[in-house]
Amino acid sequence: MQPIYLDHAATTPVHPEVIQDMVPVLEEVYGNPSSVHHFGRKARQILDECRRIAANSIGANEKDIVFTSGGTEADNLALIGVARANQHKGKHIITSSIEHHAVLHAAEYLEKNGFHVTYLPVTENGKVRVQDLESALTDETILVSIMAVNNETGMKQPIKEIGNAVRDHQAYFHTDAVQAYGMIDLDVNELEVDLLSVSSHKIYGPKGVGFLYVREGLNIESSQHGGQQERKRRPGTENVAGIKGFIRAIELVEQEKKDRANTYQTYKDQFISILKKEGIDFTVNGDIQQLMPSILNISFPGTNVESLLVNFDLSGIAASSGSACTAGSVEPSHVLSAMYGAENDRTVNSIRFSFGLANDETNVQEAALRVASIVKRLVK
Amino acid sequence: MKEKKDTRVVVGMSGGVDSSVAALLLKQQGYDVVGIFMKNWDDTDENGVCTATEDFDDVVRVCNQLDIPYYAVNFEKQYWDKVFQYFLDEYKAGRTPNPDVMCNKEIKFKAFLEHALSLGADYLATGHYAQVRKVGEQYQMLRGVDDNKDQTYFLNQLDQDVLSKVMFPLGHLPKKEVRNIAAENNLATAHKKDSTGICFIGERNFKEFLSEYLPAQPGKMKTLSGLEKGRHDGLMYYTIGQRQGLGIGGAGDPWFVVGKNLDENVLYVEQGFHNDYLYSDGLVATEMNWINDNPLTKPMDCTAKFRYRQNDSKVTVTPISNDKVEVTFHEPERAITPGQAVVLYEGEVCLGGGTIDDIIKNKTFIDYVG
Repeated sequence: MQPIYLDHAATTPVHPEVIQDMVPVLEEVYGNPSSVHHFGRKARQILDECRRIAANSIGANEKDIVFTSGGTEADNLALIGVARANQHKGKHIITSSIEHHAVLHAAEYLEKNGFHVTYLPVTENGKVRVQDLESALTDETILVSIMAVNNETGMKQPIKEIGNAVRDHQAYFHTDAVQAYGMIDLDVNELEVDLLSVSSHKIYGPKGVGFLYVREGLNIESSQHGGQQERKRRPGTENVAGIKGFIRAIELVEQEKKDRANTYQTYKDQFISILKKEGIDFTVNGDIQQLMPSILNISFPGTNVESLLVNFDLSGIAASSGSACTAGSVEPSHVLSAMYGAENDRTVNSIRFSFGLANDETNVQEAALRVASIVKRLVK
Repeated sequence: MKEKKDTRVVVGMSGGVDSSVAALLLKQQGYDVVGIFMKNWDDTDENGVCTATEDFDDVVRVCNQLDIPYYAVNFEKQYWDKVFQYFLDEYKAGRTPNPDVMCNKEIKFKAFLEHALSLGADYLATGHYAQVRKVGEQYQMLRGVDDNKDQTYFLNQLDQDVLSKVMFPLGHLPKKEVRNIAAENNLATAHKKDSTGICFIGERNFKEFLSEYLPAQPGKMKTLSGLEKGRHDGLMYYTIGQRQGLGIGGAGDPWFVVGKNLDENVLYVEQGFHNDYLYSDGLVATEMNWINDNPLTKPMDCTAKFRYRQNDSKVTVTPISNDKVEVTFHEPERAITPGQAVVLYEGEVCLGGGTIDDIIKNKTFIDYVG
């Protein structure tokens, strides 16, 4: 049975043009970008180019881009780096209960180290309320970290309003844009964002690359210590070939953003309409009007995630649920728990399908039919 | 009959060498093999590492070597409700439970089997040392050929429906051979130590573990004639026939636990391994399961085991009701323990088993065993 990939929010296939650009770098550009010779300069050119393109894609200055190994490192550097460098101004941090674990676990680490963290609740639709944020701000608050789009439900968060609310406060505003980047327009000035995390492998680039945007003048403390790379904010020899691939991935996503969004919306609509036609009992988690086109999180009453995921996999459908696994078994989703309460069945019967370049209308329809037949079998 | 490549076998994989080899053998035979790890207990060691995570990691490594899909399933809630509660209740009642028998009955060959079937499995396989044989329309469960490893004692509650869907790929192999196969195939778990003890307690101190869940009530140790010999830490910590941990010194033969009085919270002790109070000549078993699904209608001679890895003893079994029997020993037996399983055999065939409820001596129930 032909496997069908519906897990683009977990990671994406590398775009063929990205691979094409990377191979010559692996073959020829082996210099260390920090070296003062021809070989080093060839590598350094690639970093400069990527920095420029990455900065342009979010309306930033190229000096404000710090390359990292990906989204997790960018989020950790944002939270821990800002907290350590600014603790003289206060020790309070605000985030939300639906963040990715790269943010939540970094926040928990800070709590163990003397910081206070407020985890904002969300509405039943999975959205942070700006007034909750406003009432949580204190004179001690130094950082607000709210994701741009939730990775499990696809719900867009009120980033512009939050940026606005924090404008006249000493607190910096970080947004984890790992899911949003390449799907929705992000301009750091318009959104009044001070730090923003991006990962390459969510946008058809290679794994092991990402960046953190850090607004000029903002002080962060590095977690690593070594060379002068990234102006000491992230020492370590850069992943040059990966960064070369990242360039092309950004260029492609900037060109095709609108078309891709429209295509994925079509896939999503088709998927939903087939489930309806097949008579499947389901509800979409989140407000369907405020979802990013590529993500669809569905609750199937009367089923459980463990059976669903394994059955899907055994019939070639790759999807996912929750985000944390212990010993390989699926834990109830912290995001859905925050939305519906930990006891709600949705936390244990919901599956995330995410669409992308590995799909076409035929395989999306085929996938919906296979999903429908499995759900029918499990529910009866 | 389906071809092997179209026959899906879910293997219950623990991360140990036995279930690893079970999966390997089925894969070599050409079945469509799927490995599934069961998480029944949430436990973290002193370094903050979840022991189940380590075991699942071994399952992953072996399945990747075999190139078979692997998954995990969580039965913590069912295990707590059906096995752990029973375990605590039995200790509270002064008995010595057998959680492995209960786990096989309620979890591995019920909840887990249902899960496997919901994944389109034709069979569930485990690394148990036992064999299934079909004779006519009947399924028989036979001992594993390795006498020292035979696990039918723990599987005595299985029935025809379960046996028709179960495979034990190791039943015909000696343990040594299983280790050899694992080593020859470089399986990641080839040299992993066998787990010992009750799964949820692991290597920990049993007394400490139990005291986290049940309040210990220390009391007096007495002989059956009423002589005080010291104090005990709580009746649940002792089992019939136990010698260790009594702390009674002095001259003469060593002291043994011979019984319990729950009402007065007294532990009965007597002197000598072969003390007459430790011996009995019959028992009543409840929750009696007959593997052929046909309850006994008239008395029958067969052999029995009263604990794991014990030699068989000759007995006569007399039905009391469909799930209750009296077992009469041909020779007196030592330290028969309420709560443990009595399992019956006819040659190599395991007939079924029940829970030891009452103990009989000279045609009357012994009241001092608790």
